[in-house]
Amino acid sequence: MTDAGDQQTRLDERGGYRRPVPVLWWIRKPTYFLFVMRELSSIFVAWLVLYLLLFVRAVGRGEAAYQEFLDWAASPWLVVLNLVAFAFVLLHTITWFALTPQAMVVDLRGRRLPPAAIIGAQYAGLAVVSAFVLWLVTR
Amino acid sequence: MDDEITLRVTRYRPDKDDEPAWQDYDVPLRTEWTVLDALNHVKDDVDTTLAFRWSCRMGICGSCGMNVDGEPRLTCATFLSDYAPGPVRVEPLGNFPVARDLVVDIDDFMRKLPQVKPWIIREEEQSVDDGEYLQTPEELDAYKQFSMCINCMLCYAACPVYGLDPDFVGPAAIALAERYDLDSRDQGARERLDVLIEHEGVYGCTFVGECTRVCPKHVDPAGAIQRYKLKTAQQSVKAFLLPRALRR
Repeated sequence: MTDAGDQQTRLDERGGYRRPVPVLWWIRKPTYFLFVMRELSSIFVAWLVLYLLLFVRAVGRGEAAYQEFLDWAASPWLVVLNLVAFAFVLLHTITWFALTPQAMVVDLRGRRLPPAAIIGAQYAGLAVVSAFVLWLVTR
Repeated sequence: MDDEITLRVTRYRPDKDDEPAWQDYDVPLRTEWTVLDALNHVKDDVDTTLAFRWSCRMGICGSCGMNVDGEPRLTCATFLSDYAPGPVRVEPLGNFPVARDLVVDIDDFMRKLPQVKPWIIREEEQSVDDGEYLQTPEELDAYKQFSMCINCMLCYAACPVYGLDPDFVGPAAIALAERYDLDSRDQGARERLDVLIEHEGVYGCTFVGECTRVCPKHVDPAGAIQRYKLKTAQQSVKAFLLPRALRR
């Protein structure tokens, strides 16, 4: 039973009953859960950007700073954090690529480009950039 | 197959109840029966006080939307046998205030719909003597998908953004705005933009995508909203980069 004051807040002017949204609404459906995880992944994307910047700064400061960064990066808690972050970035990338065709309609000579082609092009782009970065750091 | 299934239905009588509660009804489980058929059976033969909306029984009027086992569904297109052995939970559409039993208050949606001006707007109306506005099959295809909306509001019931922020214009209204924006006969995109560029407009959407999954007419409101965002972003960039003469 709810008391009269609480009841008043649940009723709108027409007398309809407004059902409260549970705090854990996002675990009620797999699709909601996946969505909230995708939103959450942005924090880990931001962390990896910061990590990269710290790395670049260490390289810029010379041999000793670079070695210090490597030692820090090898600490167990950071390895675990980065593994978790990597998993979230993977989730972010895969779901982002999968959603793109819904937002982007590409017309090619009057025909709508099929979603699979748009998704495929993104993976191809990712592969090219990855290969370039790999070549850059290993040459 | 059992010959009966339990319907677990939300009851709420504003004059008697403080909050909604469940009531169980055992109904015949027939392969050809939908959840709506079962509700009508209850209404006709078991308990005449049960209130719910329905009309056409064939998925076009959009009035029999309810949450069935937590999913927004048209009850006329949802078969009982898919939920055997039951019980089947039937609740009023999520995110809307409950007026009585399974009936929700849809005033909010009715208020929002005209805000996006879902009709053809012309800068200058051509006279009847000039004939009709012609359209090619390709021009029809550009918006046809979004014109299939039947205003059943399942997308609003599925949208967590609307649940958390009732000021959000919402999936169906934005999809309908896009439907008229994409219509070759329409010239009202600018007027709709004024409403949809607001915080509670397209940018309220965080692309959960659940509206598209529950839509019984495959309208893809989530796609419409993201396309609208992309369009407005492109216009902003163009306005910033291009000289006035080249802008469209």
